Amino acid sequence: MTHRSDRTLDVRALARVEGEGAMHVRVRGGSVETVRLEIYEPPRFFEAFLRGRRYTEPPDITARICGICPVAYQMSACAAIEDACGVVVDGAIADLRRLLYCGEWIESHVLHIYLLHAPDFLGYPSAIDLARDHRDLVERGLALKKAGNDVMELIGGRAIHPVNVRVGGFYRAPTRQDIRALGEKLRVALDQALDTARWVAGFDFPDFHHDHEMLALTEPGRYAIERGTVVTTGGLAFPVTAFEEHVIEEHVAHSTALHAHLAGRGRYLTGPAARYTLNRAWLSPLSRQIADEVGLGVRCDNPYQSILVRAVEVVYAVEEALRLIEAYEPPAPPHVDVPPRAGMGFGATEAPRGVLFHRYGVDADGLITSARIVPPTSQNQASIEDDLRRFVADRLDLPDDQLTHQCEQAIRNYDPCISCATHFLDLTVDRS
Amino acid sequence: MDAPTLAVWKFASCDGCQLTLLDCEDDLLAVAGRVRIAHFLEATREVLPGPYDVSLVEGSITTAEDAERIRRVREMSRTLVTIGACATAGGVQALRNFADVEEFRSLVYAHPEYVSTLATSTPIAAHVDVDFELRGCPIDGRQLLEVITALLVGRKPNIASHSVCFECKRRGNVCVVVAHGTPCLGPVTHAGCGALCPAHNRGCYGCFGPMDTPNAAAQVALLRATGMADGDVERASRTFNAGTPAFIELSRVTTRREAHRDAPL
Repeated sequence: MTHRSDRTLDVRALARVEGEGAMHVRVRGGSVETVRLEIYEPPRFFEAFLRGRRYTEPPDITARICGICPVAYQMSACAAIEDACGVVVDGAIADLRRLLYCGEWIESHVLHIYLLHAPDFLGYPSAIDLARDHRDLVERGLALKKAGNDVMELIGGRAIHPVNVRVGGFYRAPTRQDIRALGEKLRVALDQALDTARWVAGFDFPDFHHDHEMLALTEPGRYAIERGTVVTTGGLAFPVTAFEEHVIEEHVAHSTALHAHLAGRGRYLTGPAARYTLNRAWLSPLSRQIADEVGLGVRCDNPYQSILVRAVEVVYAVEEALRLIEAYEPPAPPHVDVPPRAGMGFGATEAPRGVLFHRYGVDADGLITSARIVPPTSQNQASIEDDLRRFVADRLDLPDDQLTHQCEQAIRNYDPCISCATHFLDLTVDRS
Repeated sequence: MDAPTLAVWKFASCDGCQLTLLDCEDDLLAVAGRVRIAHFLEATREVLPGPYDVSLVEGSITTAEDAERIRRVREMSRTLVTIGACATAGGVQALRNFADVEEFRSLVYAHPEYVSTLATSTPIAAHVDVDFELRGCPIDGRQLLEVITALLVGRKPNIASHSVCFECKRRGNVCVVVAHGTPCLGPVTHAGCGALCPAHNRGCYGCFGPMDTPNAAAQVALLRATGMADGDVERASRTFNAGTPAFIELSRVTTRREAHRDAPL
């Protein structure tokens, strides 16, 4: 038995997260001294090797930062480059981009709900173990996830690293007939999405709340996905072009992910709970109704309930996809010309895990002179660590194995994507 | 007899290739019924001790720790299969192999001294024996199921090693080079995707890496004939499989300027 007032807790190789990381907790004299989320995903230097590439290449190259949210990288990259070149992409092409993005939200959120997060609430090590007792539930999740992948495969060419996205729009627009067949699949998916939200509403949510400032994109009239301006729960509002004036990234020793904070304000949180809290008014009537039904209030500050928000966002994304499919006319041509121009461009979109910011410098020949990418997980890292500090302080009487297990669950609430942030987990509790 | 054990390992990568297994929605539970998943951190917290019958390895080697870790994985694995461009070719992060990694480190990180990394990104086969390499950025789900099925019954995986051109013909795609003068890496690129890009009116960008017997000189001539500048030929050959010998050969376009000027169009 270890001495209870001094201990070290280590979670090595955190499971059911995307990427590689660890958590280190140091307890001294019965109180939590430090909590560190260690991201040991090896650095891949995207921002460095993008320099000298052609301005048309970032959508394909930056997609490779994350296999779970490649569309987010493609959309933020396109937005930033089009901004640098002074081109606005609107109308049917912008609608097709939003439809593709809905597919990624469905696929990524359902992956997290069923395969990564739900097993924690139900006491299983994995969804595969869950399927041994509740095969019908897991099959429903896989079918719903597949509907998201179907959207990405039809519009993007494939679900992981889509090939059909280009600066200015798409290489090929799907036919109305193809899109109509997709609509039939999504009508089945809508019922599965509603059933999913009602299912997760029955989970037991620990009473845990945070007071972080929350940040999201917003777009009047609809739930912001592929564009918008930045707002926070603290009343900040600024355009994407001013992102770097407000968001400061710092490099800390224990992580290959940079830590972000709001200038003069401190830590903040981006992601589904922030979007829901800031943009609930712009949800569709059905998705707002299901949010009420599953017990979400006007804001979501309990990280455990992020699974409810994801389920509501899946309902929204399926409905929104159906709306876009109904109105679909193939854009002709499927892209607008984006001639190169010397300048600096800024782009941000709502990745499934939160705001994803890109900035590129482009020269007159169309070569990239500088690149900067701020992914959601590095923005959230300080807030996650702060929550974990309070979380551990309330549970110091637990034995190491239980505390480790509960910390892992707490971390999965944030759906951290470590591949993206390395720029995840191995828990160490140091109580000695 | 106990079900064979399957382990999935990750090195420097985007997680996309292991996600391909979770993306096999119609077959995932069937596969899970035939094997014992013994180590797959993206999917389960339960870890069974080795040795493992089959290890799927994603990602490239970019740190000294990972160079050690892959040796331990090899020792614990009866059959080791590498999946994806990172594991088979070094991935997009192998672009550092052509640059100064110290400069890269100081460009991306304020405190380069906090970040330990090797000067190169190398494929798994550069460090340990590999039993089968499955290509693609990302790998193709049907090909992954074929490899797992073949290993379960003890036969060789049936994965064609010809070029994307064959897949275009089979799919009935119009050749984007001949019909539209669009630059395409299809003639030197390994099949497996089903000729996705040409089916979307764009040229193949080589994400499955080189086919078995690529003709780099003819490919350079073909790209030049479409009007591609040498700098762009070099960039096109230096993406997700930049570390492969065949694509390195292709990227040396500027030193072979006089050869094969006439395009075989």
